[in-house]
Amino acid sequence: MTRRKTIYVDSDILVVGGGFGGCGAAYESRYWGRDKKVVVVEKANIERSGAVAQGLYAINCYMGMQWGENTPEDYVRYQRNDLMGLVREDLGYDIGRHVDSTVHMFEEWGLPIMTDPETGRYQREGKWQIMIHGESYKPIVAEAARKAATEVYNRIMVTHLLMDKKKKNRVAGAVGFSVRTGDFYVFRSKAVIIAAGGASHIFKPHSAGEGMGRTWYAPWSSASAYALPILTGAKMTQMENRIVLTRFKDGYGPVGAYFLHLKTTTENAYGEAYEAKWRSSIEDMVGDYVNHEPTPTCLRNHAFLKEVEAGRGPIRMVTKEAFKDPHKEIIGWENFLGMTIGQAVVWAANNIDPKETNPELVMSEPYVMGSHATCSGAWASGPEDYAPDDYQWGYNRMMTVDGLFGAGDTLGGTPHKFSSGSFTEGRIAGKAANKYINDLGTDQPEVSEQEYETLKQIIYQPLETYRVGRNEITAGTVSPSYLIPLSGLQRLEKIMDEYVGGAGTRYMTNEPMLTRGLELLKMLKEDLAFLGADSLHQLMRSWELHHRVIASECVTHHTMYRKETRWPGYYYRGDHPQLDDKDWHCFTLSSYNQEADEYSMETAPVHHIVD
Amino acid sequence: MPTFVYMTSCDGCGHCVDICPSDIMHIDPVTRRAVNIEPNFCWECYSCVKACPQNAIDVRGYADFAPMGHSVRCLREEEKGTISWKLKFRDGREKDFVSPIRTTPWGSIKAVTEYSAPSDAAFDSQELAHEPEYLRIEGGLPTYSGKFKEGVV
Repeated sequence: MTRRKTIYVDSDILVVGGGFGGCGAAYESRYWGRDKKVVVVEKANIERSGAVAQGLYAINCYMGMQWGENTPEDYVRYQRNDLMGLVREDLGYDIGRHVDSTVHMFEEWGLPIMTDPETGRYQREGKWQIMIHGESYKPIVAEAARKAATEVYNRIMVTHLLMDKKKKNRVAGAVGFSVRTGDFYVFRSKAVIIAAGGASHIFKPHSAGEGMGRTWYAPWSSASAYALPILTGAKMTQMENRIVLTRFKDGYGPVGAYFLHLKTTTENAYGEAYEAKWRSSIEDMVGDYVNHEPTPTCLRNHAFLKEVEAGRGPIRMVTKEAFKDPHKEIIGWENFLGMTIGQAVVWAANNIDPKETNPELVMSEPYVMGSHATCSGAWASGPEDYAPDDYQWGYNRMMTVDGLFGAGDTLGGTPHKFSSGSFTEGRIAGKAANKYINDLGTDQPEVSEQEYETLKQIIYQPLETYRVGRNEITAGTVSPSYLIPLSGLQRLEKIMDEYVGGAGTRYMTNEPMLTRGLELLKMLKEDLAFLGADSLHQLMRSWELHHRVIASECVTHHTMYRKETRWPGYYYRGDHPQLDDKDWHCFTLSSYNQEADEYSMETAPVHHIVD
Repeated sequence: MPTFVYMTSCDGCGHCVDICPSDIMHIDPVTRRAVNIEPNFCWECYSCVKACPQNAIDVRGYADFAPMGHSVRCLREEEKGTISWKLKFRDGREKDFVSPIRTTPWGSIKAVTEYSAPSDAAFDSQELAHEPEYLRIEGGLPTYSGKFKEGVV
């Protein structure tokens, strides 16, 4: 086996992932810790990494407190309503009270925010969204983060966290490898902030060929946000709360600007509005939640799904009227060019001009993430000044592992953070990590050489497995002794699709299906020991797959545990088809025991702090 | 493809390799030019297209669902602070769009370390950097003072 150089990087605060959560964490960590060493480590290049790599056309989380538009309490009501009652209201209020200062920083840094010519205020797309020219949103925010961080390490994939050698349940750093040089990196740090990405490609996407890359969430969002904490035994919450999105067909172009700003509507294949007619049957499933305003995202999905199942698809967005207005036409196109260019490509290729054709919509495959209309992630401590005792055991945004903080997709119970809220959560975590370090005193964490040397062997094994196995066969990708990462990924996607409520079963699952799914996932997990990588790039794909499989197993356990259908339109439990507020108006929590390879499940109460 | 590289334009500079969020733009060891090694992990995010100094990278929509004959190209000009787009439909229709990308000079963001160090009182409060000033509201950072209640809302 090739000898790999080990590079040691010491820091006070290690930020894993340089997307919006990570950039916010870097900024705030340094603001409060001028004498501290803040290191950001990123799998790609922070200039264009994370979910906002491509840009955005809106900031979807802005209160507008300066104009009295919304209060943090309003924001909590909105989150709670959309997620069918179950959110961490303490965390949501915290985002709401800080997020405006984040957006004002972005504006000062040079992000072009559109203004309403009549009022002079930011141009609202909807109640919570403001419109931006955000092609360079990420490069602008990355510039601030680069200037804040002591060091930024690009192209290093973090594979595992390191635990303190002396004190149980305390983080001490992380390990990973350079996708460019192949060097092994040992990051020793007093505190770690996980700001990695959520999960695309754990459920089979609609397009399985070349177009499998055009998932709604970026293909590089490889569930590291979840796998890294899960392996340490950190408690996770609401991992069953995967999201399915109504989007323009094939390109997954966003619909928000169309609905909210262009005031378009949807119709079935015969030109009929359909949502209202499913209302009473939805009420039978979920009760009064269907009467809340705005209608929860999952319930709108449900109506879409039922209408298509009734044979009246495809569902289309009615754009022809709106696009007669040249200003709206420009907005409609620039909306894609700013954040989902692939949709413009699909329309140009298919001769679809929304001025003349009402374009088709589709419901996506499920995704697991924590910052859109969904809130999977790690269980975190709340704000010190008001979080209830059940939600407070240490520092704000610290997980149930000492010194391990999170932001963005990583943390559960806080939906609708989007870009600005994720950055804000990173800021909150960055300040809290400073407090944690200051309180450590002389009791400093220490990594174990034995632990990282063992991990070093494991991490590079796919290269060795391939090198040896490759000699057995003439050519090609079929080997009796190794599995290439793509094959493993497709096996994962098929299991999740067929047993855990993917698009292939119309998002339906039940206990027997989940039980079988777990059996198949167990064998897949065992087979990950046979991954073969022909390059450092494929070694990265191997570890992305590891992270996705770990997260998928957690998702499946959570889905099994919650015996109700809380979010119809996201997924259905055929054996428990009703929403059950009596027994399940609670959070689901899991923790993984790596030695025993077992999950334990429990519930936690939902405290409502706002009327 | 979805991104692909024109043989006659690429000079192998590697800007696309440095920027690709999916790590799929590599330099081919034989041609010494860039190539998309994993089209099925391409998001069509155009990061490489925008970064290419030779304008050598283009996109052909995903073969699963995009009929051929279209083109969506862009020119991102940092000095001018704009991005220009040209869309060509399969049937030849064209559309052009121009958007601003930034309102301040590149590199002009004031580093966080250039601000005066915050006070101990600020550190002990719930305020984040530049708060309460940047909230632009009277009365400082909102604080929650209500009572908790448990149950269904």
